[in-house]
Amino acid sequence: MFCDLSIVDAAAGLRRRDFSARELVGAHVEAMEALNPALNAFITQTPELAMRQADAADAALAAGNAGPLAGIPLAIKDLFCTAGVRTTAGSRILGNFVPPYESTVSGQLLRDGAVFLGKANLDEFAMGSSNMTSAYGSVQNPWQRLGSNTALVPGGSSGGSAAAVAARVAMGSTGTDTGGSIRQPASFCGIAGIKPTYGRCSRWGIVAFASSLDQAGAFARSVADCALLLGSMAGFDAKDSTSVDRPVPDYVAATWRGVRGLRIGVPAEYRMDGMNPDVEMLWQQGLSWLRDAGAEIVDVSLPHTKYGLATYYIVAPAEASSNLARYDGVRFGVREDGADLIDLYERTRAAGFGEEVKRRIMIGTYVLSAGYYDAYYLRAQKVRALILKDFTDAFSKVDALLTPTTPTGAFAQGEKMDDPVAMYLNDVFTVPASMAGVPGMSVPAGLDAQGLPLGLQVIGRPFDEETVFAVSQVIENAAAFSALPSTRSGA
Amino acid sequence: MGAVIVRRVRARQPGCAPPPIRDPTSMSLDSATVRRIARLARIRLEDGDVPRLQGELNGILQWIEQLNEVDVAGVTPLTGGAQIALRMRADAVTDGGQAEKILANAPDRAGEFFAVPKVVE
Repeated sequence: MFCDLSIVDAAAGLRRRDFSARELVGAHVEAMEALNPALNAFITQTPELAMRQADAADAALAAGNAGPLAGIPLAIKDLFCTAGVRTTAGSRILGNFVPPYESTVSGQLLRDGAVFLGKANLDEFAMGSSNMTSAYGSVQNPWQRLGSNTALVPGGSSGGSAAAVAARVAMGSTGTDTGGSIRQPASFCGIAGIKPTYGRCSRWGIVAFASSLDQAGAFARSVADCALLLGSMAGFDAKDSTSVDRPVPDYVAATWRGVRGLRIGVPAEYRMDGMNPDVEMLWQQGLSWLRDAGAEIVDVSLPHTKYGLATYYIVAPAEASSNLARYDGVRFGVREDGADLIDLYERTRAAGFGEEVKRRIMIGTYVLSAGYYDAYYLRAQKVRALILKDFTDAFSKVDALLTPTTPTGAFAQGEKMDDPVAMYLNDVFTVPASMAGVPGMSVPAGLDAQGLPLGLQVIGRPFDEETVFAVSQVIENAAAFSALPSTRSGA
Repeated sequence: MGAVIVRRVRARQPGCAPPPIRDPTSMSLDSATVRRIARLARIRLEDGDVPRLQGELNGILQWIEQLNEVDVAGVTPLTGGAQIALRMRADAVTDGGQAEKILANAPDRAGEFFAVPKVVE
């Protein structure tokens, strides 16, 4: 029963001393130990650390100086550097890397009393939509199709973070989203996930993939829980030059605002031929929920939507090829010896990186290379400016947008692995908001014909996470999503 | 939408597409170019890897060529994720004296230095 609680309810229960942090965390540690062999949601488990943090939370609660997340057990995506705890980024090349420092975001969660169960599995360097590219094995989605035991992917790249929360192993988790890596796994696993505005959370201490797109965010089983976590994670950090110095509003309070009088946009370009009928139906249902709650539904156009993915697959690999140049076997990480320094670099990187990471580094290297920069990278940056303009124009007419999160529900492990482009198409609805840097949230809204969860995506204006939470809460209330995955604590 | 993109790219005949910015033949990577990119990226390739990578990279590059149909005349490129100017900070030493922490993850070290194979004879 501890593992079914929401963070908001658990925090209240801890404050009333209905139960202790030791009991709450202990139940989640047991769940992790019982379920992780099947899920593989954690690369590194830290149960002893979690129990020590639980005891510290109990002491703070008794002393009356506990932070808002005191005693709340979380999973931390293994892309956030955690002081003294191995951080792999899902890659062999960082298999032995123990950061001497804490990322700003995870440090803020610790400041507020959170407990860390361990480091969640992910696609290698966050490059993927299935969690299949992790050097530490795939993650199994806790959900299965009706009448089938085929192992499904949890989505990616934050697949372990999403699976751990869906399976009631963690109450919440951190993720990062570069092109959909929070929203898509949230949708596939039937939980809520928020990618805030670029610049809202510090990127300091997060292993970099594509620096102009990477943004930290939160997963939980409710919108209000995501709001509570983001309130802790967000805020200005002088150590990240793209961190924005704006006050962090009370996101939980924003979830109570409702949508009366809001204008909600429906982008025409997200409705496409051959769309999955379950996804289409759920989208219409979501719009009618918002209309019933007092919102006005407005048709809008985001004309460059269809170019989002291709733009992304130039910009993100280009930035990745530059960011990943640091993994050379000299200062940290795994080294493969070579005849000379160049040979050492080449052998280290050949052995240390997986196939998808190598592919993206090579695409990025090519599009940045002499003679091709203007044709690819500069052109992509211009199309990116047009994508941003689409959103800016739309937000002059509406307060938020509602779209599906993903084109389909979760797919099977191993599907789409032989066709990189087919895999990339998973992110068709999430990439445009990433390119524009605007906030987006996926809320579980229903099941498809196979019994798998589907999410709806709420996209907001830059730094207007409050409206995103308000709209998402109305969807959550109306959807009353109560279906449970087959693999979960207490099942 | 996914299916739509794939179909359009695959069905496109040479000559129907808007002209690529450079010589169209240069947009398809040959095996020498694949090796050159790998060398630039400092990733060792075995001979057997080249045909597979060449196919995969060409598939991706063909797909992203769809951007050639967008009119970008006069558009200022968007270089960052945030629509703000990057902040400047004081040019001051704010950290240091942590050689042991920095070297703690080094694959090889010599005293307070990272060690690598000899590069100058």
